[in-house]
Amino acid sequence: MASDYKNNKFIILTIAILILFLGWEIIALLLQNPALPCPIPAIAAFFQVFPQGLWKHFLVSTYRVLTSLFLGLALAVPLGLYIGRNSKLDKWLSPQLYLIYPIPKIALLPVIFAIFKIGDLSKIILIVIIIFFQILITTRDAAKKIPANSILSVLSLGATPRDIYSHVIIPGCLPEIFTATRISLGTAISVLFFAESFATVEGLGYFIFETWSRVNYPEMFAGIIAISLQGFLLFLLVDLFQRLVCPWLYT
Amino acid sequence: MLSLNNVSLTYSNGNTAVQALAGVNLKIEKGKSYAVIGPSGCGKTSLIFLMAGLLMPTQGEVCLYEQQVVKPHRETALILQEYGLLPWKTVWENAALGLKLRKVPDQEIADILGRVFAELEITECIDRYPNQLSGGQKQRVALARALSLQPKILLMDEPLSALDALTRENLQEEILRLIKKHKITCVLVTHSIEEAVYLGQEIIILSARPGRINAIVANPAQGIEGYRHNMSFHEKCTEVRDLLEVHSQSGIRLQEQ
Repeated sequence: MASDYKNNKFIILTIAILILFLGWEIIALLLQNPALPCPIPAIAAFFQVFPQGLWKHFLVSTYRVLTSLFLGLALAVPLGLYIGRNSKLDKWLSPQLYLIYPIPKIALLPVIFAIFKIGDLSKIILIVIIIFFQILITTRDAAKKIPANSILSVLSLGATPRDIYSHVIIPGCLPEIFTATRISLGTAISVLFFAESFATVEGLGYFIFETWSRVNYPEMFAGIIAISLQGFLLFLLVDLFQRLVCPWLYT
Repeated sequence: MLSLNNVSLTYSNGNTAVQALAGVNLKIEKGKSYAVIGPSGCGKTSLIFLMAGLLMPTQGEVCLYEQQVVKPHRETALILQEYGLLPWKTVWENAALGLKLRKVPDQEIADILGRVFAELEITECIDRYPNQLSGGQKQRVALARALSLQPKILLMDEPLSALDALTRENLQEEILRLIKKHKITCVLVTHSIEEAVYLGQEIIILSARPGRINAIVANPAQGIEGYRHNMSFHEKCTEVRDLLEVHSQSGIRLQEQ
């Protein structure tokens, strides 16, 4: 049964990849524009360029994304859990959250660069500021939705407020926290691409813009494949982690 | 052992104050079983939460062994509607939680749970999660969690309301057997007249909101062999039904005035 299911998943994934490449091939053939090469030369370029130095940009970007994601989670999750279970605090903070959340914080990029200079730190801070609110709001809402019955049943066993957090609220919010992590991962990669597009000589964003400026489309596409691969692998990592931490969701 | 002295409870629902219970006086005696029944929304659940120390009365006091109950007590165990099991814990972890919170050593937890699981015939479920269990099995796990704490008083809030008829009767017998065997004092909230008569040595009839005690019906034949199929069981059910009807009508009349 389990291996059947695994085989099925493998087949479905293979089909999805084939459809992706087929679609790409068809569009490339129809457009006949050098900016969109066909998949086979693009993949060939990827395998050629990756060992030559693309791997370094890949690692730098992955480091920036993972650090930002980790910091964003570490700051937003505890606060979200606390606000979600504290209606007075929520009343005070919610209006401020609603004011700040819709501001396109990516527009703060010049400010952040001016304050934190142009190194890794400013890129990480920009991503953290953006994903912080996504994670905070999702976690807060998840904490609000924890059924009263679960809390009462554990309270009746003699639980302290700390026990309630560790046995009820945190595990109860984990599935939503993982959802927020996935969404934030996509956001983080996009924001990083933008932040790496200038004032740096490292990262996939830099690589793509640099090859573009040299009109080297096959190499540019190798960069695009690298950034897609990065997203895909990090998604897999989050899934794997969720499987380990939330086994009850997979029964 | 447990007494409610002139207990009233008012809680706020949005901007309106709702009086759930008004002037309830009740004495729970050791070793007896009580069934609480009344129209929906009459404060049955509030009454059991007060006894469990999860709610504090706005007036009056709840006392266990002459001491005011201000938080959940070690000698009471509570089973909630919908079982109160945590979906993210296995059957074993759910059942062990009460003992773990009391800092009982792991080896002792394993001994106690081993015995309780065998008694409730759920040993084969220990590694499953609640969503992999039937309603009856979930209820048995909730019972196991409560019994593992070796409570003197077992409080139950409509524990069997989500079960089908046969599983329900089956578990009623199981509960009866367990409270007799372990000499547990038991308070059960139910909306089923048959369940109240089958499990309650005394049946407490509450009025519509705010809940007051309208009548306490003695049920001396409770617990005899094959009570469910006995004539006196049906007579007692009729008696309780009549009392419920009379009081709910007088309640409606009062509201109309």
